[in-house]
Amino acid sequence: MNLTIIQYNAGNIQSVLYALERVGVSATVTDDPALIQTSDKVIFPGVGEASTAMAYLKERNLDQLIVSLKQPVLGICLGMQLMCRHSAENDTNCLGIFDEQVLAFKATEKTTKVPQMGWNNIRNLKTDLFNGVSENSFAYFVHGYYAGLGTNTIATTDYIEEYSSGLHKNNFYGVQFHPEKSAELGEQIIQNFLALKS
Amino acid sequence: MLTKRIIACLDIKDGRTVKGVNFEQIRDAGDPIELGAFYASQGVDELVFLDITATIEGRKTLSALVNKIAHRINIPFTVGGGIKTEEDVRVLLQNGADKISINTAAFLDPSIISRFAKQFGSQCIVLAIDAKCEADNQWYVYLNGGRTKTDKLVVDWAIEAVGLGVGEILLTSMNHDGTKQGFALDITAQLAENLPVPVIASGGGGTAAHFYDVFTKGKADAALAASIFHYKELAIPELKQYLNQKGVAIRI
Repeated sequence: MNLTIIQYNAGNIQSVLYALERVGVSATVTDDPALIQTSDKVIFPGVGEASTAMAYLKERNLDQLIVSLKQPVLGICLGMQLMCRHSAENDTNCLGIFDEQVLAFKATEKTTKVPQMGWNNIRNLKTDLFNGVSENSFAYFVHGYYAGLGTNTIATTDYIEEYSSGLHKNNFYGVQFHPEKSAELGEQIIQNFLALKS
Repeated sequence: MLTKRIIACLDIKDGRTVKGVNFEQIRDAGDPIELGAFYASQGVDELVFLDITATIEGRKTLSALVNKIAHRINIPFTVGGGIKTEEDVRVLLQNGADKISINTAAFLDPSIISRFAKQFGSQCIVLAIDAKCEADNQWYVYLNGGRTKTDKLVVDWAIEAVGLGVGEILLTSMNHDGTKQGFALDITAQLAENLPVPVIASGGGGTAAHFYDVFTKGKADAALAASIFHYKELAIPELKQYLNQKGVAIRI
C-alpha cells in the first residue's frame, strides 16, 4: 500500500511515522501534491496552532489539494480541527470538510486545567475506524480546542463538556486524540484506517 | 473522564538506566528502551527519561537513544536533563520526544520558558521543580539536582513559570524523595489547586495507598515514581487495580 503523510509546519509527524512502522507499514512524508494525490491513503497529522498551520497550507495550495482528495484521509489532532469549518483559535477559517466548529475549552470551577492532557474515554463509536474498539476505551489527548458535536460525530469524549473526539464525512476521517501515542488502542485504530476500502 | 496518570521515571547515564533490577520478562533492565517498553506493556500512562550524563560526548548519544525510544514506545514520553537551548529542545522533539523537561536552566534564565513555549508550544514544556520544606515551614526551590538552595518559594516560581508558558509542573519533594513514606500532600495540593496546568507529584511514593492519597488529598493530576517500580516493590497493574477499586479515575 502506498501511504503518504502530509508534511507541513506542524509537530508530531515523526511520531505518526514511527507508529506506522510499529504496525509494519512504511509511509512517505511529503508536501508534493502529485505524491499525495496518487497515494492510496493519506494521513494529515498535526500538533500546533491553527492560523499558522492554515497559512502554511494555503501558501502551498495544500488546502485545495486536501479537500479534493478521494482516497481515505485521516486527520489527527490539529489535522482533524483544520478539517472543520472554523476554529476559534485565532479566529481561523479552516478547510470546511466537516461542518463542526472548533471552540476553546473554557475552564470551570470543577475542571480548571486547560489544555486537556492525558487519557480519556472515547464512546458512541461509529464507522469501521473503530472496528474491534470497546466503548469507553482510553485514548491519549493533548488539546486546548475541541470540535463540537454534529452530524459527522463518530466518537465522543467528555471534558468540561461532551465533544467530538472523532469525525467522519465521505472519505474523510478525523480523531482528536493521538492514536500514535494511545498504546494498543491507537494501533488498532491505525490498522482499521489502513484496512478501509478506497 | 480524564484519568489520573501513573508515570515511571528512568534515570539514564551514558545510554543506560542507572537503577533497575532484572525483570524476568525482559532481557536487559539496563537498556532504557527495553525497560520503557516493559512499563508501557504493564499499562503505565507515561514515561520520563532523565539524562544524568555529565559529559558532552554522552549527551550526543541521548538524541540517538530518544530516537530509538520513539520507534519502540507507543505511549507519551518526556525527556529531561541538562536542556538549555532551543537547539537542545528541537533535536529531542525531532527525534520523537513528546515533551521536554527543564529545571535549573529555566530558573537561571526564565526567558527560555517563553522562548521554548512560543517555538514548540506549551504542551511540550514541563517544568521540574526540586522543592524542600525548611525549618520555617516554607517550601523553597533548589537547583542543580538539589545541591543549591535558592530564596525563591516554590509557589511563586510555579506561578511565574506557568505565566511564561510552562504546560505542566513536575514537583519533587526532596524531603520525601527516597523515603517511601508518602508524597508531599500539602505543597502538591497547593500547586494543583492554584495552577491552570497539570501537576505531577514526585518523591516518596512507597505503597499504593500513597498514590491514592496524592490523587485525593494531594489533588495531583499525575504521580511519578522510579525505584519502587524498578525494584518491583509495587507493580503497575496492581497499583492501577487498587486505585480503580478505590474509585480513582484511572486507565486500566
